[in-house]
Parts: sequence; structure tokens; C-alpha cells
Amino acid sequence: MTDTNGDVRLSGISKTYGSFTAVHPLDLTVPQGSFFALLGASGCGKTTTLRMIAGLEEPTTGTVSLGDQDVTALPPYKRPVNTVFQSYALFPHLDVFENVAFGLRRRGIKSVKKQVEEMLDLVQLGEQARKKPHQLSGGQQQRVAVARALINHPKVLLLDEPLGALDLKLRRQMQLELKRIQTEVGITFIHVTHDQEEAMTMADTVAVMNAGRVEQLGSPAELYENPQSTFVANFLGTSNLIKAEVDAKSGDEIVVKAADSKLLLPAARCSAPASTGGKVLVGIRPEKISLTHADDAGSIPDGRNRITGTIADTSFIGVSTQYVVDTPVCDEFAVYAQNIERDARLVPGAEVVLHWSPAHTFGLDAAQDIDAGIESVEEEAAA
Amino acid sequence: MTTVTEAPPLAPTPVEEPRRPRRRGRHVPYWLLLPGILWLLVFFALPMVYQASTSVQTGSLEEGYKVTWHFATYWDALSEYWPQFLRSVLYAGVATVLCLLLGYPLAYLIAFRAGRWRNVILVLVIAPFFTSFLIRTLAWKTILADGGPVVGALSTLHVLDVTSWLGITAGERVLATPLAVVCGLTYNFLPFMILPLYTSLERIDGRLHEAAGDLYAKPFTAFRKVTFPLSMPGVVSGTLLTFIPASGDYVNADLLGSTDTRMVGNVIQTQFLRILDYPTAAALSFILMAAILVMVTLYIRKSGTEDLV
Repeated sequence: MTDTNGDVRLSGISKTYGSFTAVHPLDLTVPQGSFFALLGASGCGKTTTLRMIAGLEEPTTGTVSLGDQDVTALPPYKRPVNTVFQSYALFPHLDVFENVAFGLRRRGIKSVKKQVEEMLDLVQLGEQARKKPHQLSGGQQQRVAVARALINHPKVLLLDEPLGALDLKLRRQMQLELKRIQTEVGITFIHVTHDQEEAMTMADTVAVMNAGRVEQLGSPAELYENPQSTFVANFLGTSNLIKAEVDAKSGDEIVVKAADSKLLLPAARCSAPASTGGKVLVGIRPEKISLTHADDAGSIPDGRNRITGTIADTSFIGVSTQYVVDTPVCDEFAVYAQNIERDARLVPGAEVVLHWSPAHTFGLDAAQDIDAGIESVEEEAAA
Repeated sequence: MTTVTEAPPLAPTPVEEPRRPRRRGRHVPYWLLLPGILWLLVFFALPMVYQASTSVQTGSLEEGYKVTWHFATYWDALSEYWPQFLRSVLYAGVATVLCLLLGYPLAYLIAFRAGRWRNVILVLVIAPFFTSFLIRTLAWKTILADGGPVVGALSTLHVLDVTSWLGITAGERVLATPLAVVCGLTYNFLPFMILPLYTSLERIDGRLHEAAGDLYAKPFTAFRKVTFPLSMPGVVSGTLLTFIPASGDYVNADLLGSTDTRMVGNVIQTQFLRILDYPTAAALSFILMAAILVMVTLYIRKSGTEDLV
């Protein structure tokens, strides 16, 4: 990416309210044309960060730059940035056409008709131009909010939980729609969400935020496959975390001991300092694990990590079956098995061997809270 | 599986349920309406009919009045007292505009900026109502008294020269001039302007102002294009609540004005209580009512508030 005109650069930006620190000093660069997601539970500082970029919140320290221009001191109406607000903030007294034309008119553009019509066609609302916002469905209002922001050709479009008010099916549809629009217009999108699936579906780069800090930044696949903290491991999808002790280190591989099992862990996938005798957390995603009945344990190829256990619970969810396995290293080991060939013996109470390729194992610093990020997912689901 | 077998027996119950309470409580709404309707009948409809009949009677106090359908009373009253009508509309109009100019910034401040002081300021707005209307108006007599501090200050600043030239004060006097009456009206009806304005401003989502700023509107433009239009219901109800009672008011003109500042309310009061010419007084009341109704209807049509959310 040679064009850096639309880069968003945050340097040492922070925000405190009295004694409460909403955002700890933060450095972040969002490259021009990317779809960037700020992901985190409510109250993690993601919306505050977004509002500081928009100019709606003044940073306590640090600077915000767009391209080569430092915009920290500019009021929102002078920033080449537009926002799609949570619950849209459409002007209730203006119709769809005037809502979309608002930004153009404020910049003194007289002939807005053609542009507005084109923009309404882009979001498939050409027919609704003369309706008031309250006459539209949630999905249509959402599209008006996007059109109203995009028509100004901002350098950066900020989206604050734009899909939060929609039902699940519509949300999926709008995720794809927004992604399509972003590809079409090529504007930098910064998207704030608490929905990890949404962030992973839409964004090229995701920054996971927790308690006012960025925990980890990377592509969705990288964050998912190689989490660097227990928060990321638990917040993004589900992880099985095992408390283990480093037994030996041989070249690229670390051998760890958990209960009486020995597990292999690629050194490159361990973010914690692993010295022999030290503690680490070993993680494995539930869908990477194969489940074999104890009677067939001999058929498991050599070189795989294995743990024995007893099935505690199973739930059939169509594409896969989710098992909860009671093991000596972890009470509730989650395993997701594709429903290709179902072994009828895998019912609660059955003795099983869990095994997986060492390459899928990751290691984390054992000094962290092993349950970080789990609660916040549940809170969001309840909200 | 269990949900499938349980579903059918559940279905018929919701069909039956809504009927039962409706049958039992069918008359309740009418009974609840009854006290209000009776009140209106006795204290509004009957007096109106009585007044209407009085306005078309002829006769004298000694011989008694008879309904003679003498509609000429209306014409006579209007042709004799049109200056007072005009003055009422003018004074009430000016007072309403002043109330709006004074009340809007205050209502805006209470709604958006007052923070934890909000309730304190609201109580202060209502506080004057703890004292009688008459006493508050009499207090203005002291405030605007000849040679008092207000008149002194205005005189020193040469404001009185300008107002005298405009014909709203007389020389070194403020009391007994149009200015005093309009001041009294503005003061007395200001809370009726502030409260509806506050209510409609307070309902406006603060994010709309942010959204306007985000879409390149400078703060004042954001106010003009978003906040003000959305506060129109408050502006309309505030101006009506101020204008209607102000145009019928006679206390302010009586206590703070002179014979040259008589409003139609003063004429009606005099006709009823001093001259005892009941038909003329009743006719004047009906003309005032009709005039206000017409003006208000036109005003509401023009401001188009029904279109607002």
C-alpha cells in the first residue's frame, strides 16, 4: 500500500475520566483502505477510541493523525471523517433524501440530487427517498446511516456497533453488505463491535481490546490460531486451556507435562518464556481435537498429543456435535466434532482419548487469569 | 420432540383470553369519563350557553334583559373597542416573542448543560408560582417605580430616550407605559414558555447534535438545522400557553398601565363589573375567543407541528 493519505495514526492516545482510565496510552496505525475492527466487551474503551478519532471526545494525551495531517485539535465538523452511530442517530424531522444530503449541503454543495440518488441506489434505498426514518425498518435505517456518512467520501468511515440493533439474520446479511460496500468504495473502515464473529467475518485486521488496552492485533486467522493471551484465547471463540509444567526443551519443540500426560508444543507458538520447570498454559481449540473411543486407542497415529477422559455431555447441533469431556487436566474439555462419521459409542460416560496435532497447540503465560474473557462473552450474550 | 406435542393444546387459550377482560370492563372507560364530562358540562358548556344568550339580549338592568337576537351588539362592540383588541394582540405578541427569546436559552441550558443543577433550576423557574399572581405584579410596580433604581439606570444609559422616542415609555417614567405592561406580561408568563420548551428539548437525543457535527455542521448550524426544528413542538405549545392567557389578561394592564394601555381584558372587566352592560361584555368575550381560535389555528397550520415526531 503506497498511498498513505488515508492512514489513521494514533500515537500515545489515552483518555481518563477523573480517576477512571477508559483508554490507556495507545499506538495504532490503520492503513489506508483496510477494514479494521476494534473488538472488545462493553466498557473496554473501544467506543471511546473511536470517538477520539471522530473528534467527539478529546484525548487526554496523544495525537490523532489522518495521513500527514494532525487532526487532534480539529473539531468534528472539520475532520474528513464520518461516523455511523450506534442506533444510527438519523434526523427524525428530515426524510431519507435530506438525511443523506445533510453533509453535502453543509459543505455548500448546491446540486446534490444526482449524488444522493446514486448513493441511495448503492444501499438499495432508491424507492424510500421521501420516507421519514421512523417509517423504515431497522435494516433500512442502518443503510441510510451508512449512506449519509459515505456520501461525503470521508478518508475514514467509523462504525460504532452499527449492527447491534438488528436481529441475527439481518445482521449476517448487513455484514456481507458492508463488506461489499467497503470493497466497492475502498475507504478505510474502522468498525467497533463486541461480536467476535462479526469482527472476524468483516475485518482484515482486528484489534482485541480489554480494559482500555489493545491485547492483540492481527488478522482474524492469526488471532484465532495464535492467541497471545488468555483473554484473546477465550474471547475469540472457545479455547481449552491446560495448566502445565515445562518438562524439556528440544529445538523447535517444548515438552510439557500436565497431570500424567506429556504434550508437545511448537516453541514458535508459545508466547510465554518457557524454561524447564516453569509453568505455562497450553491451549487447544475444540475443533482441532479428534475423539476416539478408548477401545480403539491403538489406531491413533504416533506423534499426536493425547489425553484420556470420560464424556460428560454431548449436544448435537447439526453440522457438528459438541462434547464436554471430563479429563484429569481440565474438568470441562470442549471438543467439536464434524458429523461425518458418528461413532455410536461416543455417549456420556464413554471412555475416550482426545488427540490432536501438536502443531495446533499454543502456549500462554501462566501468570494470567485463566478465565479472562469468558465472563465478558457471557455478559454480552445476556445483554 | 416434546415441544411439537405440546404446541397444539397451547394454541386455543390465547384466542379466548383477550375476550374475557373486555366483556367485564366494557363500561369502565365511560364511567371514568363521567366526572370530567360533568365538570365540563356544568362549569364550561352551561356558562358558554348562558354567555352566548346574554350577548344577544337587549334591555337594561332595571327592566331586565330579554333575548332579542340583537347581533348588532357584536358589531357595535367591535367598532368601539377595536383599538383595545389590536393592543391586546400586539402586547401579547411582543410579550410572547420576549418570552421565547428569554426562555429558549434558559430551557436549552437546563436541558443540555445544567447537569446536576437541572432540578434546582427547574424549581427556581416554578418558584414564582408560590406567590400570588397579584402580589408578583404589584412587586413590579415597586421595581419600575419613578425614580427607582431601574428607571435611574435606564435613564443614565439613555435607554429611556430611545424608548420614549419609540413611544413605549413616557419621559422619565416607565410605570403606566406600554413597556411596563409588556414587562409584566413577559415576567408573568415566562414559566409557561420555559417548561414546554424544556420538555421538548430534553427529549432530543444528544447524539443527533453529534451526528450533525460529524456531518460538517458547525455548532450553530447544527442547532439551526437539527435542534431547533426538533424543539418546534415546544416552541408552538410554549407560545400558545403564553399568547392565549396574555391576550386576555387585564391585571398587568390594570396595575402597571394607564388608560392608554387598556387591553380588551380591561374593557370586558369594566363592562361586566362597573358599567354592568352584560350583552356588550359577553359579545366582547366571544369576539376575543373567536379571534384567538382563528389565530391559533392559522399558526398551528403554518408551523406544521403534526409532521414532527
